[in-house]
Amino acid sequence: MAWNLNSDRPIYAQILEVIQLRIIAGQYKSGDKIPSVRELAAEAGVNPNTMQKALAELERSGLVMAQRTSGRVVTEDMEMIKQTRNMLAREQVDVFISKMKELGFNKKEILALLEQAGGEQAE
Amino acid sequence: MSGLVTINNLTKVYEKKKIALENLNLVIPRGRIIGLLGPNGSGKTTLIKLINGLLVPTNGEVRINGNLPGAETKSCVSYLPERTYFQNSMQVKELISYFEDFYADFRPERARQMLANLGISESAYLRTLSKGTKEKVQLIMVMSREAQLYILDEPIAGVDPAARDYILKTIITNYNENATVIISTHLISDIEKVLDEVIFIRDGKLVLHETVEDIRETKGKSVDAYFREVFAC
Repeated sequence: MAWNLNSDRPIYAQILEVIQLRIIAGQYKSGDKIPSVRELAAEAGVNPNTMQKALAELERSGLVMAQRTSGRVVTEDMEMIKQTRNMLAREQVDVFISKMKELGFNKKEILALLEQAGGEQAE
Repeated sequence: MSGLVTINNLTKVYEKKKIALENLNLVIPRGRIIGLLGPNGSGKTTLIKLINGLLVPTNGEVRINGNLPGAETKSCVSYLPERTYFQNSMQVKELISYFEDFYADFRPERARQMLANLGISESAYLRTLSKGTKEKVQLIMVMSREAQLYILDEPIAGVDPAARDYILKTIITNYNENATVIISTHLISDIEKVLDEVIFIRDGKLVLHETVEDIRETKGKSVDAYFREVFAC
Protein backbone atom coordinates (compact mmCIF):
# COMPACT_ATOMS: atom_id res chain seq x y z
CA MET A 1 0.00 0.00 0.00
CA ALA A 2 1.77 3.11 -1.27
CA TRP A 3 1.29 6.65 -0.05
CA ASN A 4 -0.84 8.20 -2.76
CA LEU A 5 -1.62 11.37 -0.94
CA ASN A 6 -3.85 13.92 -2.52
CA SER A 7 -3.52 17.56 -1.49
CA ASP A 8 -7.25 18.21 -1.83
CA ARG A 9 -8.15 16.33 1.37
CA PRO A 10 -6.69 16.56 4.86
CA ILE A 11 -3.43 14.63 4.71
CA TYR A 12 -3.69 13.14 8.19
CA ALA A 13 -6.96 11.39 7.28
CA GLN A 14 -5.32 9.86 4.21
CA ILE A 15 -2.30 8.74 6.22
CA LEU A 16 -4.67 7.11 8.68
CA GLU A 17 -6.27 5.14 5.86
CA VAL A 18 -2.93 3.95 4.49
CA ILE A 19 -1.74 2.74 7.89
CA GLN A 20 -5.07 1.01 8.58
CA LEU A 21 -4.76 -0.78 5.26
CA ARG A 22 -1.18 -1.78 6.00
CA ILE A 23 -2.31 -3.30 9.29
CA ILE A 24 -5.23 -5.13 7.72
CA ALA A 25 -3.10 -6.40 4.87
CA GLY A 26 -0.52 -7.65 7.37
CA GLN A 27 2.29 -5.38 6.23
CA TYR A 28 2.43 -4.29 9.86
CA LYS A 29 1.57 -7.42 11.81
CA SER A 30 -0.27 -7.69 15.07
CA GLY A 31 2.15 -7.01 17.92
CA ASP A 32 4.83 -5.58 15.58
CA LYS A 33 6.48 -2.26 16.11
CA ILE A 34 5.61 0.31 13.46
CA PRO A 35 8.24 2.75 12.14
CA SER A 36 8.83 6.02 13.98
CA VAL A 37 7.04 9.27 13.16
CA ARG A 38 10.17 10.61 11.55
CA GLU A 39 10.73 7.54 9.39
CA LEU A 40 7.12 7.42 8.28
CA ALA A 41 7.06 11.18 7.60
CA ALA A 42 10.17 10.94 5.43
CA GLU A 43 8.80 7.87 3.62
CA ALA A 44 5.47 9.56 2.89
CA GLY A 45 7.01 12.99 2.23
CA VAL A 46 4.77 14.70 4.74
CA ASN A 47 5.15 17.01 7.67
CA PRO A 48 6.14 15.17 10.88
CA ASN A 49 3.42 16.95 12.87
CA THR A 50 0.81 15.65 10.41
CA MET A 51 2.16 12.11 10.77
CA GLN A 52 2.14 12.53 14.54
CA LYS A 53 -1.52 13.58 14.41
CA ALA A 54 -2.48 10.54 12.32
CA LEU A 55 -0.68 8.16 14.68
CA ALA A 56 -2.26 9.79 17.73
CA GLU A 57 -5.66 9.25 16.11
CA LEU A 58 -4.83 5.58 15.43
CA GLU A 59 -3.77 5.27 19.03
CA ARG A 60 -7.05 6.74 20.18
CA SER A 61 -8.93 4.16 18.12
CA GLY A 62 -6.84 1.43 19.77
CA LEU A 63 -5.43 -0.01 16.55
CA VAL A 64 -1.91 0.92 17.64
CA MET A 65 -0.58 1.33 21.15
CA ALA A 66 2.13 3.59 22.46
CA GLN A 67 4.94 1.84 24.26
CA ARG A 68 6.72 3.72 26.94
CA THR A 69 10.17 3.50 25.46
CA SER A 70 9.97 2.11 21.98
CA GLY A 71 7.41 3.87 19.83
CA ARG A 72 4.19 2.21 18.79
CA VAL A 73 3.06 -1.36 18.22
CA VAL A 74 0.08 -2.77 16.35
CA THR A 75 -2.69 -4.06 18.63
CA GLU A 76 -2.75 -7.77 19.46
CA ASP A 77 -6.52 -7.66 19.50
CA MET A 78 -7.29 -9.62 16.31
CA GLU A 79 -11.00 -8.91 16.75
CA MET A 80 -10.34 -5.18 16.47
CA ILE A 81 -8.31 -5.66 13.28
CA LYS A 82 -11.14 -7.75 11.88
CA GLN A 83 -13.69 -5.10 12.81
CA THR A 84 -11.63 -2.39 11.13
CA ARG A 85 -11.43 -4.57 8.04
CA ASN A 86 -15.20 -5.05 8.00
CA MET A 87 -15.77 -1.34 8.52
CA LEU A 88 -13.54 -0.42 5.58
CA ALA A 89 -15.23 -3.06 3.42
CA ARG A 90 -18.60 -1.63 4.34
CA GLU A 91 -17.45 1.86 3.34
CA GLN A 92 -16.40 0.55 -0.07
CA VAL A 93 -19.77 -1.17 -0.53
CA ASP A 94 -21.63 2.02 0.37
CA VAL A 95 -19.60 4.03 -2.14
CA PHE A 96 -20.26 1.39 -4.78
CA ILE A 97 -24.00 1.29 -4.15
CA SER A 98 -24.41 5.05 -4.23
CA LYS A 99 -22.48 5.21 -7.53
CA MET A 100 -24.67 2.48 -9.01
CA LYS A 101 -27.78 4.35 -7.92
CA GLU A 102 -26.46 7.44 -9.68
CA LEU A 103 -26.22 5.28 -12.80
CA GLY A 104 -29.88 4.34 -12.33
CA PHE A 105 -29.50 0.74 -11.14
CA ASN A 106 -31.95 -0.70 -8.62
CA LYS A 107 -31.13 -3.20 -5.88
CA LYS A 108 -32.05 -6.24 -7.94
CA GLU A 109 -30.02 -5.14 -10.93
CA ILE A 110 -27.02 -4.35 -8.71
CA LEU A 111 -27.14 -7.80 -7.11
CA ALA A 112 -27.48 -9.50 -10.49
CA LEU A 113 -24.53 -7.55 -11.83
CA LEU A 114 -22.42 -8.40 -8.78
CA GLU A 115 -23.21 -12.06 -9.10
CA GLN A 116 -22.30 -12.04 -12.77
CA ALA A 117 -19.04 -10.14 -12.21
CA GLY A 118 -18.17 -12.31 -9.23
CA GLY A 119 -18.70 -15.44 -11.33
CA GLU A 120 -16.51 -14.09 -14.14
CA GLN A 121 -13.70 -13.19 -11.76
CA ALA A 122 -13.81 -16.60 -10.13
CA GLU A 123 -13.33 -18.39 -13.43
CA MET B 1 3.68 30.02 24.82
CA SER B 2 5.52 32.87 23.17
CA GLY B 3 6.52 32.50 19.54
CA LEU B 4 9.97 32.06 18.13
CA VAL B 5 9.48 35.12 15.94
CA THR B 6 7.19 37.99 16.81
CA ILE B 7 6.47 40.69 14.28
CA ASN B 8 4.79 43.85 15.52
CA ASN B 9 3.33 46.56 13.28
CA LEU B 10 6.12 46.00 10.81
CA THR B 11 6.27 48.53 7.98
CA LYS B 12 8.93 48.98 5.33
CA VAL B 13 8.82 51.85 2.88
CA TYR B 14 11.52 52.06 0.25
CA GLU B 15 12.67 55.28 -1.36
CA LYS B 16 10.19 56.92 -3.63
CA LYS B 17 7.46 55.92 -1.21
CA LYS B 18 7.06 52.37 -2.38
CA ILE B 19 5.35 50.54 0.49
CA ALA B 20 6.76 47.01 0.60
CA LEU B 21 5.23 45.95 3.92
CA GLU B 22 2.43 47.64 5.76
CA ASN B 23 1.65 47.19 9.43
CA LEU B 24 2.33 43.46 9.50
CA ASN B 25 1.66 41.47 12.68
CA LEU B 26 2.65 37.82 12.98
CA VAL B 27 3.62 35.28 15.61
CA ILE B 28 5.66 32.37 14.29
CA PRO B 29 5.79 29.40 16.70
CA ARG B 30 8.56 26.86 17.21
CA GLY B 31 8.55 23.43 15.66
CA ARG B 32 6.72 24.29 12.46
CA ILE B 33 7.35 24.18 8.75
CA ILE B 34 5.76 27.29 7.32
CA GLY B 35 5.18 28.35 3.72
CA LEU B 36 5.51 32.06 3.02
CA LEU B 37 3.44 32.52 -0.08
CA GLY B 38 2.43 35.46 -2.20
CA PRO B 39 2.58 36.73 -5.78
CA ASN B 40 5.70 38.41 -7.17
CA GLY B 41 6.38 41.71 -5.46
CA SER B 42 4.11 40.99 -2.51
CA GLY B 43 6.84 41.62 0.07
CA LYS B 44 8.10 38.09 0.84
CA THR B 45 11.78 38.83 0.36
CA THR B 46 11.47 42.20 2.14
CA LEU B 47 10.01 40.38 5.15
CA ILE B 48 12.79 37.77 5.06
CA LYS B 49 15.47 40.46 4.86
CA LEU B 50 13.94 42.30 7.81
CA ILE B 51 13.95 39.10 9.90
CA ASN B 52 17.62 38.63 9.00
CA GLY B 53 18.53 42.21 9.84
CA LEU B 54 19.56 42.98 6.27
CA LEU B 55 17.02 45.78 6.10
CA VAL B 56 15.93 48.20 8.80
CA PRO B 57 12.21 48.62 9.39
CA THR B 58 10.59 51.99 8.70
CA ASN B 59 8.28 51.25 11.58
CA GLY B 60 7.57 48.41 14.02
CA GLU B 61 9.92 45.58 14.92
CA VAL B 62 10.92 41.96 14.49
CA ARG B 63 11.98 39.93 17.51
CA ILE B 64 13.54 36.49 17.47
CA ASN B 65 13.61 34.84 20.90
CA GLY B 66 12.83 38.31 22.18
CA ASN B 67 15.88 39.88 20.53
CA LEU B 68 16.05 42.41 17.72
CA PRO B 69 17.95 41.13 14.66
CA GLY B 70 21.69 41.29 15.36
CA ALA B 71 24.71 39.15 16.13
CA GLU B 72 22.78 37.09 18.64
CA THR B 73 19.90 36.26 16.34
CA LYS B 74 22.23 35.53 13.42
CA SER B 75 23.86 32.79 15.44
CA CYS B 76 20.55 30.93 15.61
CA VAL B 77 19.04 31.80 12.22
CA SER B 78 20.16 29.91 9.14
CA TYR B 79 19.34 31.84 6.00
CA LEU B 80 19.27 30.76 2.37
CA PRO B 81 19.10 33.89 0.20
CA GLU B 82 17.46 33.74 -3.20
CA ARG B 83 20.81 34.30 -4.90
CA THR B 84 24.01 32.38 -4.32
CA TYR B 85 26.77 34.40 -2.69
CA PHE B 86 29.63 31.91 -2.73
CA GLN B 87 32.97 32.64 -4.31
CA ASN B 88 33.26 30.75 -7.58
CA SER B 89 36.96 30.18 -6.95
CA MET B 90 36.21 28.12 -3.84
CA GLN B 91 36.11 24.36 -3.57
CA VAL B 92 33.19 22.65 -1.86
CA LYS B 93 35.48 21.47 0.96
CA GLU B 94 36.75 25.02 1.52
CA LEU B 95 33.18 26.08 1.85
CA ILE B 96 32.66 23.45 4.54
CA SER B 97 35.59 24.71 6.62
CA TYR B 98 34.44 28.29 6.02
CA PHE B 99 31.03 27.49 7.47
CA GLU B 100 32.65 25.59 10.31
CA ASP B 101 34.68 28.67 11.22
CA PHE B 102 31.75 30.97 10.88
CA TYR B 103 28.95 29.12 12.62
CA ALA B 104 29.35 27.31 15.94
CA ASP B 105 26.24 25.23 15.17
CA PHE B 106 27.48 23.96 11.78
CA ARG B 107 27.73 20.15 11.53
CA PRO B 108 30.27 19.30 8.82
CA GLU B 109 29.56 15.55 8.96
CA ARG B 110 25.94 16.24 8.14
CA ALA B 111 26.96 18.35 5.13
CA ARG B 112 29.43 15.69 3.91
CA GLN B 113 26.75 13.02 4.16
CA MET B 114 24.27 15.03 2.12
CA LEU B 115 26.88 15.96 -0.50
CA ALA B 116 27.73 12.27 -0.84
CA ASN B 117 24.05 11.35 -1.18
CA LEU B 118 23.68 13.80 -4.04
CA GLY B 119 26.96 12.73 -5.64
CA ILE B 120 28.62 16.13 -5.29
CA SER B 121 32.40 15.97 -4.98
CA GLU B 122 34.01 17.93 -2.17
CA SER B 123 36.98 18.75 -4.34
CA ALA B 124 34.85 20.36 -7.04
CA TYR B 125 35.28 24.08 -7.63
CA LEU B 126 32.05 26.02 -7.39
CA ARG B 127 32.56 27.58 -10.81
CA THR B 128 32.43 24.13 -12.39
CA LEU B 129 29.04 23.29 -10.89
CA SER B 130 25.77 23.83 -12.71
CA LYS B 131 23.33 26.41 -11.40
CA GLY B 132 21.11 23.72 -9.89
CA THR B 133 24.03 21.92 -8.23
CA LYS B 134 25.27 25.21 -6.75
CA GLU B 135 21.82 25.74 -5.29
CA LYS B 136 21.90 22.25 -3.79
CA VAL B 137 25.30 22.91 -2.21
CA GLN B 138 24.08 26.15 -0.73
CA LEU B 139 20.97 24.51 0.70
CA ILE B 140 23.06 21.68 2.18
CA MET B 141 25.25 24.24 3.93
CA VAL B 142 22.27 26.08 5.33
CA MET B 143 20.50 22.90 6.47
CA SER B 144 23.64 21.53 8.10
CA ARG B 145 23.45 24.09 10.85
CA GLU B 146 21.61 23.27 14.03
CA ALA B 147 19.69 26.50 13.96
CA GLN B 148 16.43 27.44 15.62
CA LEU B 149 15.10 29.17 12.57
CA TYR B 150 15.77 28.25 8.95
CA ILE B 151 14.67 30.79 6.37
CA LEU B 152 14.74 29.48 2.84
CA ASP B 153 14.02 31.99 0.10
CA GLU B 154 13.01 30.06 -3.04
CA PRO B 155 15.02 26.93 -2.17
CA ILE B 156 13.75 24.60 -4.87
CA ALA B 157 13.16 26.86 -7.86
CA GLY B 158 16.29 25.89 -9.78
CA VAL B 159 16.58 22.18 -9.08
CA ASP B 160 15.10 19.14 -10.79
CA PRO B 161 12.10 17.27 -9.34
CA ALA B 162 14.14 14.34 -7.97
CA ALA B 163 16.46 16.72 -6.13
CA ARG B 164 13.42 18.64 -4.91
CA ASP B 165 12.12 15.47 -3.28
CA TYR B 166 15.51 14.88 -1.71
CA ILE B 167 15.61 18.44 -0.40
CA LEU B 168 12.13 18.14 1.10
CA LYS B 169 13.07 14.85 2.76
CA THR B 170 16.17 16.57 4.10
CA ILE B 171 14.00 19.27 5.61
CA ILE B 172 11.69 16.67 7.17
CA THR B 173 14.46 14.51 8.61
CA ASN B 174 16.53 17.42 9.94
CA TYR B 175 13.47 18.87 11.51
CA ASN B 176 13.45 19.08 15.28
CA GLU B 177 10.64 20.17 17.48
CA ASN B 178 12.33 23.35 18.64
CA ALA B 179 13.23 24.59 15.19
CA THR B 180 11.05 26.31 12.64
CA VAL B 181 11.53 26.38 8.89
CA ILE B 182 10.11 29.21 6.79
CA ILE B 183 10.04 28.47 3.07
CA SER B 184 9.17 31.14 0.52
CA THR B 185 8.21 29.75 -2.86
CA HIS B 186 5.85 29.79 -5.81
CA LEU B 187 5.97 26.02 -6.19
CA ILE B 188 3.19 25.36 -3.74
CA SER B 189 2.02 21.99 -4.99
CA ASP B 190 5.55 20.59 -4.63
CA ILE B 191 5.92 21.54 -1.00
CA GLU B 192 2.48 21.74 0.53
CA LYS B 193 2.56 18.22 1.96
CA VAL B 194 5.49 19.11 4.19
CA LEU B 195 3.98 22.33 5.52
CA ASP B 196 2.20 22.89 8.83
CA GLU B 197 1.08 26.43 8.16
CA VAL B 198 0.94 28.95 5.39
CA ILE B 199 1.22 32.70 5.43
CA PHE B 200 -0.28 34.47 2.41
CA ILE B 201 0.80 38.04 1.81
CA ARG B 202 -0.26 40.49 -0.87
CA ASP B 203 0.81 44.11 -1.42
CA GLY B 204 2.74 43.98 1.84
CA LYS B 205 -0.29 42.97 3.89
CA LEU B 206 -1.17 39.73 5.61
CA VAL B 207 -3.99 37.90 3.80
CA LEU B 208 -4.09 34.78 5.95
CA HIS B 209 -2.09 32.68 8.37
CA GLU B 210 -3.62 29.21 8.77
CA THR B 211 -2.73 25.57 9.09
CA VAL B 212 -2.74 23.73 5.79
CA GLU B 213 -4.98 20.98 7.12
CA ASP B 214 -7.57 23.59 8.09
CA ILE B 215 -7.52 24.95 4.56
CA ARG B 216 -8.03 21.45 3.13
CA GLU B 217 -10.78 20.72 5.60
CA THR B 218 -12.74 23.97 5.38
CA LYS B 219 -12.20 24.82 1.71
CA GLY B 220 -12.12 21.25 0.40
CA LYS B 221 -9.17 22.03 -1.82
CA SER B 222 -5.41 21.98 -1.88
CA VAL B 223 -3.39 24.97 -0.72
CA ASP B 224 -2.22 25.36 -4.32
CA ALA B 225 -5.82 25.58 -5.61
CA TYR B 226 -6.77 27.93 -2.79
CA PHE B 227 -3.81 30.18 -3.52
CA ARG B 228 -4.89 30.40 -7.17
CA GLU B 229 -8.36 31.40 -6.04
CA VAL B 230 -7.23 34.04 -3.54
CA PHE B 231 -4.68 35.57 -5.88
CA ALA B 232 -6.60 35.18 -9.16
CA CYS B 233 -5.59 37.96 -11.55
